[in-house]
Amino acid sequence: MSILSVQQVSKIYQSGSRKLTVLDNVNFSIEAGQTAAIVGPSGSGKTTLLGLCAGLDYATSGSVVLNGHALENLSEDQRAEIRNQHVGFIFQNFQLLPTLTALENVMVPLELKKRKDAKKKALELLEKVGLADRATHYPTQLSGGEQQRVSIARAFANEPKILFADEPTGNLDTETGDMIENLIFDLNKQLGTTLILVTHDPELAKKTNRIIRIKGGKIQEEQYV
Amino acid sequence: MYNFKWTLLMAYRDFRQNKSKLALFISSIVIGIAALVGISTFGDNLSKDIDGQAKELLGADAVLSTNQPLGDQPLDTIATQKSTEINFASMVIFPETGESRLTQIRALDGQYPYYGKFETTPIEADSVFRSGGREALVEKILLAQFNAEVGDSIQVGEVTFRIAGELEGVPGQTGITATVAPAVYIPMGFAEETGLIQVGSRLNYVNYYQLEAENLDEVLKPYEEEWEIDNVRLETVESRKASTGRAFANLSSFLSLVAFIALLLGSVGVASAVNVFVKEKLASVAVLRCLGVSSRQAFVIYLTQIMLMGLVGSILGAVLGSFLQIALPNVFSDFLPVEVSTDVSWKAVGFGLGTGLLIALLFALLPLLKIRKVSPMMTLRPDDGESNKFSADPFRWLVMFGIVLFIFSFSFYLLSGWKEALGFTGFVLFAFAALWGVGTGIMWLIRRFLPLSLSYPIRQSLANLYRPNNQTISLIATVGLGTAMISTLFFVQNQLLEEAKFADKEDQPNMLMFDIQTQQLEAVSQKVTDKGYPIMQQVPIVTMRLSEINGKTKKDNENLVEDDRLSRSLYNREFRVTYRDTLIDSERLVEGKLRTYNSPQDSIFVSFDAGYAGRTGINLGDEIVFNVQGRPIKTYVGSFRNVKFNQVSTNFLVLFPENVLDNAPKFHVIITKTGSDRESANLQAEVVRAFPNISVINLGTITETLENILGKISFVIQFMALFSIATGFLVLISSLILSKYQRMKESVLLRTIGASSKTVGKINTMEYFFLGTLASLSGILLSFLATWLLSRFVFELPFRGAYEEAVLVYIGITLLTIVLGWLNGRKINNQPPMVILREG
Ligand SMILES: Nc1ncnc2c1ncn2[C@@H]1O[C@H](COP(=O)(O)OP(=O)(O)OP(=O)(O)O)[C@@H](O)[C@H]1O
Ligand SMILES: [Mg+2]
Repeated sequence: MSILSVQQVSKIYQSGSRKLTVLDNVNFSIEAGQTAAIVGPSGSGKTTLLGLCAGLDYATSGSVVLNGHALENLSEDQRAEIRNQHVGFIFQNFQLLPTLTALENVMVPLELKKRKDAKKKALELLEKVGLADRATHYPTQLSGGEQQRVSIARAFANEPKILFADEPTGNLDTETGDMIENLIFDLNKQLGTTLILVTHDPELAKKTNRIIRIKGGKIQEEQYV
Repeated sequence: MYNFKWTLLMAYRDFRQNKSKLALFISSIVIGIAALVGISTFGDNLSKDIDGQAKELLGADAVLSTNQPLGDQPLDTIATQKSTEINFASMVIFPETGESRLTQIRALDGQYPYYGKFETTPIEADSVFRSGGREALVEKILLAQFNAEVGDSIQVGEVTFRIAGELEGVPGQTGITATVAPAVYIPMGFAEETGLIQVGSRLNYVNYYQLEAENLDEVLKPYEEEWEIDNVRLETVESRKASTGRAFANLSSFLSLVAFIALLLGSVGVASAVNVFVKEKLASVAVLRCLGVSSRQAFVIYLTQIMLMGLVGSILGAVLGSFLQIALPNVFSDFLPVEVSTDVSWKAVGFGLGTGLLIALLFALLPLLKIRKVSPMMTLRPDDGESNKFSADPFRWLVMFGIVLFIFSFSFYLLSGWKEALGFTGFVLFAFAALWGVGTGIMWLIRRFLPLSLSYPIRQSLANLYRPNNQTISLIATVGLGTAMISTLFFVQNQLLEEAKFADKEDQPNMLMFDIQTQQLEAVSQKVTDKGYPIMQQVPIVTMRLSEINGKTKKDNENLVEDDRLSRSLYNREFRVTYRDTLIDSERLVEGKLRTYNSPQDSIFVSFDAGYAGRTGINLGDEIVFNVQGRPIKTYVGSFRNVKFNQVSTNFLVLFPENVLDNAPKFHVIITKTGSDRESANLQAEVVRAFPNISVINLGTITETLENILGKISFVIQFMALFSIATGFLVLISSLILSKYQRMKESVLLRTIGASSKTVGKINTMEYFFLGTLASLSGILLSFLATWLLSRFVFELPFRGAYEEAVLVYIGITLLTIVLGWLNGRKINNQPPMVILREG
């Protein structure tokens, strides 16, 4: 059964009288538990596609079915609910909430799910990413790599069915990047999560089951590893 | 999925890190709330004290007054005590120095006041005054003006009295009354002897009664009709209480409105600071949305924090206001007829808290609404969230409508008239729009015409005004409006005084003598011309009463139904009339024309003051019979005139043609011009010594009185305007601190790319200089407009720009801005650049 199905999706930006077709009739689907990488040159529409798949934005036409829900038929708040229940995110620039401690950042998705053991669970996750001793620190008190580890702990906190990552190592040095990659793939394996990531790094892409190459808003080729 | 407890928890977590920032912006409303609570507490206490001290306000249970002898009154037998008074305006002379001045003479008999007392120095002066000798009580301000002391003499008409004491307080009187018409009390027994009680003098007869009655209204009721017809005014404790209460309710409403403006200024500060706050939070909101938080929840997380701070700000304001009101009775002492207490008013505190919360909510909502529209896509592409879809939010319009509605309801509550409330709301909207317009206009001009040839620091500092998240426009609005209020005040005050002095400079008369009897006319003219002064006008005055209008006598008029009845005052007042066939400078014909009277067959056409005719219901062509000291004269209303009352001149409600009143008994007025105030005083002294019945007003005294009163009023208004200025600067301070981080980053960046710290300092100073300049110039511009409107339509004077004062205000405000900027900037330059790298 496919957990994500993208059917004839187009995204067109209208600026004044000019139309800019960023995604042009894209089709693909991902099976549960698979890992996939979206690659392509800058400006080809990778981030746009990821946003549509995760229900962060509306497609101009076509349909995105995530875990059985057709996203185009849902309101923003219904989609927020789905994100909380089934989706995790990792961002290039980490996106921790600056006014919350590391622990509280990880707790947020759990609390939203009304888990009574939010704190315990969050501490376990911080332990897994090796930051248990930094639990009470605020994001500004952490290095970039540490921040990304917290954000990984947060992404896995609600045990998502599918995880989206936009250039998760883009802001980090190679060594730290490798460490983050390993962390993601390890946790992914442990929890059987579906993973979709956008990357410029061919090495990282090769670690996935499947590479979707996109250019000029169209899927050029799909490659199974 | 709406989890309120969690939302509050999140609000708390976020708040921990924001509280100092939030505290800052909410401080902008503290002063406004404090002013509002202070004023309403003062108002509440005032009305309570007016109630409590009602009897002392009047000094008696019932007072009858009219402009003819009261004769025997039914109350005379019922009353336990009765006092009589005759009061009139007359010159007094201080024989020691020979100086003189027009005052209010009050000849008193009996034990009035029965409640409260004359406050005198020495204390026993009151009983000395009532002991039957030639003793007078003289208003303190008058003694001060002429350097006279207790024990000196004072001459009233033909009689010289010893000054028994100086009068500091009379029941129900305020400092302002004492300034305008200082009183001299003399014993009734000497009233005749002064020679001032005679036909034609404007005398006012008063009876003060003490009545021991269960139900005073019932006792008075049977006579009220008759008193009304006879034009006898009745005042009771209740009616005095009501009228005083009303007057002061109006005063405190007015002051509350001024406080409300300060509050609105603060609210603009709140809106602008919350705007910055929200912009900083948009990224976090986007993350929360990615994690599955609903837009409503995200909105509530931030709204809760704002409301919490709104509450804190309001409480602070209420506490501050409750302390502030302790000072208010002193500030307003010259206007108050009673001692005002300084209790805390919980009603005022509640009112302040409610207003504060509501205003924080309304003004914070405007920027806060953006949170609802943040797209989670912003996490992936930061600029995506901030598109122009915010302005399309229908809730924004709803909130704006709410704000206008709030301003309207608030002013309606205070002014209790929808026209007034609408006017106030319009004024507020106009003022803000005007400042906003001027602010954006100037900014646009700078941007458009900024010469590239300017030195780098200047260009950079101007560019800084446009930095992202700048609060330039809102600062211009708040500091500008504060400036506008202060400077309008200065300008108007200046304008009025200048006008009075100006009248002296040009070839305008500066001295007016009236109540000159026909047989004295020659001698007085002689005195004036002997000294080489011109007789600029010599005007005869005939006193008369009106007996019929279109055939209706006073009695006929009484029998008409209310709607058809003409104003009673027409039949009751004494008209002081002159006659001539031409108009003078201060008059303008608005309807009909002046017609002369040449032979006994002609009809007599008189001319009425247009405003007076309008108020009383007189029409062109009406037939009016005047009773000129026993002789009826039939006239017709031939024209209406507009009379300007702003120069030393005689003005009349009714003007007769020549050849009609030649033989009627009359008084005369002489208007002249002397060289200086000193010469005026000398001439005045000479005339009054020779003819004590003649009253003299000179421009010097008028100017002095005017200055005195304006000084008192403007002190009060300045005190109120201070709130606005203070709020404006609080907004400035909070915005400076809010933008501190950004300034720090910029300054580090500049230093990194090689700017010396001197250059950085120069850039910052220039920026504050421009900010101060923009704000104060906008304010001054607005106040010029306001002054122009006021002088054109309210005072009907030519506009004279107070340019020197404007320069002073400009320098003051700009300097203050620069100093505040420096104080804020000191820390910035000491910060190590590392902080920025980490928090970037
Ligand atoms: N709101 C928008 N309005 C107009 N055009 C947009 C908007 N958002 C994105 N685009 C355009 O869509 C195209 C695709 O952008 P996208 O961010 O998806 O590229 P990308 O493949 O992620 O590039 P990169 O590798 O540089 O991150 C770009 O040309 C971009 O300019
Ligand atoms: Mg991208």
